[in-house]
Amino acid sequence: MNSFTLVLIEVLLAVIAAPIVGGLLTGIDRKITARMQRRKGPPLLQPFYDVAKLLQKESSTVNMFTRFFTSFSLFFTVLAVVLLFIGQDLLLCIFSFTLAMIFFVIMGYSGYSPYSFIGAERELIQIMCYEPMILIMAFGFYESTGSFKISETLVQSTPVITKIPLIFLGFIFILTIKLRKSPFDLSMSHHAHQELVKGITTELTGICMAMVEVTHWFETVFSLALVYVFFIWANPYSHVIAVAACLIAYFLEILIDNIFARLKWEPVLRTSWIVTGAASLANFIILGLI
Amino acid sequence: MVRKSPWILHYDGSSCNGCDIEVLACLTPVFDVERFGIINTGNPKHADILLITGSINEQNLPVVKQLYDQMPTPRAVVAIGACAATGGVFKDCYNVYGGVATAIPVDVYVPGCAARPENIIAGVVKALDVLENRRVKKSKPKKELSTRKNAKAKTTGGEE
Repeated sequence: MNSFTLVLIEVLLAVIAAPIVGGLLTGIDRKITARMQRRKGPPLLQPFYDVAKLLQKESSTVNMFTRFFTSFSLFFTVLAVVLLFIGQDLLLCIFSFTLAMIFFVIMGYSGYSPYSFIGAERELIQIMCYEPMILIMAFGFYESTGSFKISETLVQSTPVITKIPLIFLGFIFILTIKLRKSPFDLSMSHHAHQELVKGITTELTGICMAMVEVTHWFETVFSLALVYVFFIWANPYSHVIAVAACLIAYFLEILIDNIFARLKWEPVLRTSWIVTGAASLANFIILGLI
Repeated sequence: MVRKSPWILHYDGSSCNGCDIEVLACLTPVFDVERFGIINTGNPKHADILLITGSINEQNLPVVKQLYDQMPTPRAVVAIGACAATGGVFKDCYNVYGGVATAIPVDVYVPGCAARPENIIAGVVKALDVLENRRVKKSKPKKELSTRKNAKAKTTGGEE
């Protein structure tokens, strides 16, 4: 019963606290970005205002599938976050998360706009760039803890990062793609003027657009939670270190976003595969030697 | 909530680019409209406020109408500069119809040739009131609308 209530609390934390944290992080991102550009920037709660406004707007979709796929994308992203929070199998989290992204791509294809189509194609390329690294990361976890279960990291004597530091570097590299930051924001940019208008979300209005925004909050939390699990071990103080590591990683992503221009898809694919491939291969060789 | 996050679509009719440069100047660190939550979207489906510079002519009439139709309600239109108000110096040209009001209903006029960034921001803020009123109006007569629909359905049913 006790463990059941604990799981229930964790599920509620994932469903309620995760979007609040994700929205606040997005607000902090916009504020820091503005300060880096010597602007005042929007209020901290601006992402919440945006979503509240989108819910009040008229929702016109080009066909019924748009809303259907957007909701499924949101559902599976939430499921991935819930599974991660209750310390379930890492592979299950990753598969749920990938499924959510695939629904998002299908949503892009369901619109008739050419911008939405190209956005969906680019989203697929982005998935191609980061997916191998995420799977390699799961394998690295297995190699260092002997299990795919995330809760296993809490009984280790050392954090996972001490065994797979290079895989962590590779993961930080693809985190830029996952958080939709420059130079890798091919399919949909946070910023207004992109050559694809608003890319994959061009056709969305009202509630659908609001769902995409909330999905992105969950995505942000999921990505940072993966950073988090690299830094936790049996010591309870490790959680403080893990939170600090997440915040540093997020700040670095904002910095990278502001100092790089957007790349074409070929360099994105090339650099991400070379960096993540080399880093993970080197890490596995070292693990094998030890 | 629309007051706190107005997203903007900027369309250049047959403007001389004077007003357009001033509109884009609002986005720079000097004026920084993002502090009001304003974003220049470039996408009619995400926009709440349509900013139009320049006059309406034969070529851009269908474009302006389509952009307006694609915007989800509640929406507002701000005409920026002398040309968007009346046609300005281009009024007598053979291809020019006149101001933006010849194509779509305009809510706020921002005067000037070219309009100043301060005035443009003031115009957008004025348009926020229009948006807010529309939202309140829209949410109120929903019941009326449905009853009217029912009444219509009843009458048509009766006719059949």
